[in-house]
Amino acid sequence: MSRLLTYAPKDTWIHRLSGVTKLLFFLLWSVVGMLTYDTRVLLVMLLCSLVLYKTSKTEWKQVGTIFKFILLFLALNLFTIFAISPYQGTEVYGTRTDLLHLFWHYTLTKEQLFYEFNIMLKYFTVIPVVLIFIVTTNPSEFAASLNRIGISYRAGYAVAIALRYVPDVQHDFTKIKHAQEARGIEMSSKANLLTRLKNMSTIIFPLIFSSMDRIDVVSNAMELRGFGKNKKRTWYSGKPLQRNDYLSIVFVIVFCVSALVVTFYDGSRFYNPF
Amino acid sequence: MEPIIEFRNYTFKYRSQVEPTLRDINLTIYPGEKVLIVGPSGSGKSTIAHCINGLVPFSFPGEAQGSLTVGGKEPAKEGVFGMSKTVGTVLQDTDGQFIGLTVAEDIAFALENDCVEQEEMFARVDAVAEIVDVKKLLGNAPTELSGGQKQRVSMAGVMVDDVDILLFDEPLANLDPATGKRAISLIDEIQKKKNTTILIIEHRLEDVLYKDVDRIIVIGEGRVAADCRPEELLCGDVLEKQGIREPLYVTALKHAGCALAPETHPEHVETMELAPYAQQVRNWFEKAPLPPKEKKTEPMLEVLDLDFAYITGRPVLRDIRFKIHKGEMISVVGKNGAGKSTLSNLICGFVNPDNGAILLGGKDIAGLSIKERGEKIGLVMQNPNQMISKPMIYDEVALGLRARGVLEEQIKEKVYDTLKICGLYPFRNWPVSALSFGQKKRVTIASILALDPDILILDEPTAGQDYRHYTEIMEFLKELNEKHHITILMITHDMHLMLEYTDRAVVIADGRLLADDTPAKVLTNEEIARQAYLKKTSLYDLALRCGISDASAFAERFIHYEREVRRKCRDY
Repeated sequence: MSRLLTYAPKDTWIHRLSGVTKLLFFLLWSVVGMLTYDTRVLLVMLLCSLVLYKTSKTEWKQVGTIFKFILLFLALNLFTIFAISPYQGTEVYGTRTDLLHLFWHYTLTKEQLFYEFNIMLKYFTVIPVVLIFIVTTNPSEFAASLNRIGISYRAGYAVAIALRYVPDVQHDFTKIKHAQEARGIEMSSKANLLTRLKNMSTIIFPLIFSSMDRIDVVSNAMELRGFGKNKKRTWYSGKPLQRNDYLSIVFVIVFCVSALVVTFYDGSRFYNPF
Repeated sequence: MEPIIEFRNYTFKYRSQVEPTLRDINLTIYPGEKVLIVGPSGSGKSTIAHCINGLVPFSFPGEAQGSLTVGGKEPAKEGVFGMSKTVGTVLQDTDGQFIGLTVAEDIAFALENDCVEQEEMFARVDAVAEIVDVKKLLGNAPTELSGGQKQRVSMAGVMVDDVDILLFDEPLANLDPATGKRAISLIDEIQKKKNTTILIIEHRLEDVLYKDVDRIIVIGEGRVAADCRPEELLCGDVLEKQGIREPLYVTALKHAGCALAPETHPEHVETMELAPYAQQVRNWFEKAPLPPKEKKTEPMLEVLDLDFAYITGRPVLRDIRFKIHKGEMISVVGKNGAGKSTLSNLICGFVNPDNGAILLGGKDIAGLSIKERGEKIGLVMQNPNQMISKPMIYDEVALGLRARGVLEEQIKEKVYDTLKICGLYPFRNWPVSALSFGQKKRVTIASILALDPDILILDEPTAGQDYRHYTEIMEFLKELNEKHHITILMITHDMHLMLEYTDRAVVIADGRLLADDTPAKVLTNEEIARQAYLKKTSLYDLALRCGISDASAFAERFIHYEREVRRKCRDY
């Protein structure tokens, strides 16, 4: 559980990039992915994403569960679009090629299929980049990066410290849950939903109280070692920007600009094959 | 020489309290000294530490009178940050103190806050990691470290700042005996190498005295009750009056009627001069009554050839086999991470064994769910704050009964009965938050007892408790065991507990059952003690050095004698 979707140190050039670079890359990439519906651009982006995923040596077990979850969400999204506006594609591309009449006023059109295919592509161009960003960025190095681009180090550190204590809280949660179950409080699917929700409170309260104790200790410990003394701080795990960082930043900016130019060249966000 | 810490007529009262916690303290500590501060919980010994590092009055506000200087500065003016350059504090909770995501980052934390350049940080972190021997672990996350390793990282984290004073707040509380011994050695080495002033706040006197200290300061009810060399303190009766446990061999010598003299250097049992006392000890040994033989009853819980691994191929427990008889009180001991908690998880059904079986009253319980097992096996967690989920004492004790759907009439009767047994009846309408830690512990025990379990499993029942509270909790459990015939299994690394209160000790080391014998035999066996990270009892050395060859018989008689003394106290 605790290993799921967390930073895993490996030695690839992607891991060695600074957190700033990866953050910038991920943000720009997502913006373009959201703006463009141009199939050619999306296909190129998808190809790049897959190459990056491969080079980052990300393993399926690190991201598998979350990927399946996203797929479910994607399927739901595609289905809903069709249910609510089955002729969105026809409107966008200005033609209508019927494939199959389903029932009532639902007819499957080539245009609609192509439109939804584009949406699916958008998901697939962004997902690998998000996953890569999460599993290849060291959280404290990320905090250092946020600080470097002008965000207060207290905010950056809040992220790092939360990640530090997540496994501890997870561990406490399991321990408390077991102890309460042993006292006869049913948390499994044998009880109905309402009882289970009510019973969850017997875990939540002890968890909150013991976490509050911990917060006291942690904040004292941080203060005793001078956290918050100065306006600035340095970072043990901070990385200065290197050649690869500059190259990546230049690449992503050039790529994004040209992608947008290609997309909007004919005045529409859509690529029309019809 | 200029003192490095000086309290003069110092009185301190927390804002939230009516009475002052420290009264008229006069203390002088010189640079390079190693001082041990002892005192029962609530005596004010932690407050002294907080005054020195500046947490008082900044994090814990209150009013002070008199004066306090630390390294030529006044903590009340400098604040926590101002003092952090002079005083390094190692907290009791090593998990809470571990702030970084890796060892290296945690050590560097103070340097980062000081805006030290990265290159210099690397060098300084490396140097200090070398001193505390964690250099190989620099890239590790806290979850991959043992308790002892985390504590060494904490030490490195404050030493990296080159502080003049190192302040240790109960450094032994969360460590097994052998790891604690190692921590004390390390503190000693650091002091010799860097000539840092060392203050150790701890109530486990015998364990700290493993290495020499220059002075011991006893704090009782907010005042300095004694401030003297260790040999003088051990010969007097201040410790007993303040409710602090003496080293066991000192108690044994006193039982034998020996009047200890400081010239015989009683600080270490291995080196003290025993010639004046040996004859008296031998006489006592011959006269002391033998403990009665335990009667065997039918087995209550049987663990048969248990194997378990979280990850296939990396077994946590292998071939574990032992029995608990009805009405017994036994301990499961072993070093931190040996698999003791896993064993209780297996018994309670939180995880399932790969092989083997657990029988309760002769029946296999493999098919029973956590809840079904919970009707017969009661589990009390180490930290009461992790168990208590209702604001009122009555509701907390009634929780399990309500979950079983018992009628409110019967619940009331049962809860009141249980509260009476646990000595909590007068508090029945109180909120839990008004109770002390020890009383909360009793509430959790009561909430389990109300369910009428056949067997009670307690995880570290006395962790972090001073001698007085320890005795209170343990006497209470003993009474439950003797008068109410409740079978009790305790998971612990407290050797005093196993020696004084349990009939049998099951020793687990590296996932295997190492011994299943009387605590006196286990703790006088060097080989077992070494493998299980226990420490052989000082009674062993005392017996051998006094010419008694059967050390375990000596330990057994001593324990029996002690129990009788306590029983008389209790009945009186």
